[in-house]
Amino acid sequence: MRHTISVLVENEFGVLSRISGLFSGRGFNIESLCVAETLDPTISTMTIVTTGDDAIIEQILKQLNKLINVIKVIDFRDTDYVSREMVLVKVNADEKTRAEILRMVEIFRGKIIDVSPKTYTIMITGDEEKLRAFLALVRPLGIKDLVRTGPIAMARGDKTVKTKEKQPKGGNEDG
Amino acid sequence: MKKTGAQILVESLVAEGVDTLFCYPGGATLYITDALGECEIRQIVVRHEQGAVHASDGYARASGKVGVSLVTSGPGATNTVTGIATAYMDSIPLVILSCQVNTALIGNDAFQEADIVGITRPCTKHNYLVKDVKDLARIIKEAFHIARSGRPGPVLVDIPKDVSANMADFKYPDKIHIRSYQPTYFGHPGQIQRAMRQIASSKRPVLFTGGGIILSGASQELTKFAEALSIPVTNTLMGLGGFPGNNDLFLGMLGMHGTYAANMAITESDLIIAMGARFDDRATGKTDEFAPHAKVIHIDIDPTSISKNIKVDIPIVGDTKNVLHKMLDILAEEKDLFKGFQASTSEWLKKVAKWKKDFPLTYQKNGGLKPQYVIEKIYGLTKGKAIIATEVWQNQMWAAQFYKFLKPRTLLTSGGLGTMGYGFPAAIGAQAAFPKSLVIDIAGDGSIQMNIQELATAVQHKLPVKVVILNNGYLGMVRQWQELFYEKRYTWTCLPCPDFVKVAEAYGAAGYRIDKEKDIDKVLKEAFGNNQPTFIDVHVDPGECVYPMVPAGASLKDMLLV
Repeated sequence: MRHTISVLVENEFGVLSRISGLFSGRGFNIESLCVAETLDPTISTMTIVTTGDDAIIEQILKQLNKLINVIKVIDFRDTDYVSREMVLVKVNADEKTRAEILRMVEIFRGKIIDVSPKTYTIMITGDEEKLRAFLALVRPLGIKDLVRTGPIAMARGDKTVKTKEKQPKGGNEDG
Repeated sequence: MKKTGAQILVESLVAEGVDTLFCYPGGATLYITDALGECEIRQIVVRHEQGAVHASDGYARASGKVGVSLVTSGPGATNTVTGIATAYMDSIPLVILSCQVNTALIGNDAFQEADIVGITRPCTKHNYLVKDVKDLARIIKEAFHIARSGRPGPVLVDIPKDVSANMADFKYPDKIHIRSYQPTYFGHPGQIQRAMRQIASSKRPVLFTGGGIILSGASQELTKFAEALSIPVTNTLMGLGGFPGNNDLFLGMLGMHGTYAANMAITESDLIIAMGARFDDRATGKTDEFAPHAKVIHIDIDPTSISKNIKVDIPIVGDTKNVLHKMLDILAEEKDLFKGFQASTSEWLKKVAKWKKDFPLTYQKNGGLKPQYVIEKIYGLTKGKAIIATEVWQNQMWAAQFYKFLKPRTLLTSGGLGTMGYGFPAAIGAQAAFPKSLVIDIAGDGSIQMNIQELATAVQHKLPVKVVILNNGYLGMVRQWQELFYEKRYTWTCLPCPDFVKVAEAYGAAGYRIDKEKDIDKVLKEAFGNNQPTFIDVHVDPGECVYPMVPAGASLKDMLLV
């Protein structure tokens, strides 16, 4: 099963390698990983998309929590959340296809951010399904290059991530 | 007043109450070495950095305090890795101070540069590179706090040479605050209640306890709890000494070389009460067939240990001592809960007692001097009052089986990593912590040679460690596997050894050799009574194997007996 996890970490050197080392050392998968500073510049958020059965996800969450530099781990498994990813894609574009591509970009509310005589570079954001649908449409035209950011995620509604301190938990039910 | 980084470090160590430092100098340590020259901390200079870390580990295991070592950059630092990994696997609180090249040179492949923070990231609880002398005191404070709190572990602090020379204002912080690190010490009261109800309704309970009991100082509470309800107790290798080895309720160690009674009790139990144990594969055997009829209660301070290898029914995250206190309270307050308990478990206790009686640990008594007999003799002579270190493999298993560990912190052994060469330096560390105690390393002729150079350290610092070498002329456990599973092809395992008596004498230590059973008493008594570091080279039956044995990957009930 696929899972999106947000990890709040101390914004210090070496933290990324602690996290990635944990995943490689214990044989966990990373499908994508996105890191940047939060509102509080001493804290960074890492959004990690990973796969595994329930037991593996449980271990991933616990092992992440155990790292000294990790302030909070948010598993979006049980919460309603929004997730978006950006992709830059360079496609072949000639006189015959240009108009069609423009229409598709418009329908998907993307943008053309660079043009050459033979190509368009398109920026598009959305959830996984939308991006997959768009890429399926442009693939027959010939994709020359593609870069994705990996998704970032946030809980829906009023819920916010408190960057307050890790609390000593009273040994909750799932350990 | 401004002080150099080196002075700040030394004063910080004094403020932490460090009384002994295991160290080895080098170019990058010089400012610190110089500053240490004038301080009261006892400095034990080893002969190899691996020995320094193992010695600090032995010091920590025996005393319960944080063990501290200090080494130079590059190879000095990389030599510590095995020692750090050993301590990490067994949750031993250490602070390893490694020196580093000047900050300006870091990353330039400078002379004696190694990225030790990168190298040790996966085998430390946490590690630091000190980039500014202003951070040094805080980092040392944090390092000690992290090493000893929660589930303990080794913490490495890498100190560049210029940081040790630069000046800063010094005030050792009184308080520590790490927002991202708050271990859970108190178990969830609701979960503890659930666990107690589960125990009350069980008919075939077993207490399965590990090193966590020793680390949290809970052995008295454990003994009280087990005795109050008459629940049999088995220990992991790391748990030995956490429950008195001569108590009637004790089943011995479980697992690959565990007792018949312990392994059968686990297999037939209806409730496993695990405390401070992590269900290591050497303890569980085939996990699918581990305790097939049992519910599992698991008390551990580290949430990652819970449901990692074995699915747990009632998890309790917390310090085992605190949780046991709470359980004892419930026992005292809710007498009704356990009214019928003794009656409903009496059948079980009879069954367990019969296993113990019918299948005790034993060995063939004919054909040469038996290593098990040597261990029994050591136990008899010391009355279980010595601190025992072991190396790894056969010597370790025989020590675990045939020496009865009566008190916590009397067994120093590399349980998780299984590090050959651990025992001797660890014994040196323990002897430094307890100069008056009898400290014995039970070794093999293979393992002892992995850190034999520390004999010079023991002689120099007058640490009268006794090393009993069970000399069978083989790497015995690997040979045993070859005998049982590789059609007796003894590839790589028959290694000639030196004359250990002469080696000992060359270093200025005492050496004895024993070939016959009748000499054991006399020689061991004499050797244990002298005040010198001593090798006792005991030539044992080379064909002896460790039994019972659960073959790797098999179920605990499928034991090969003698």
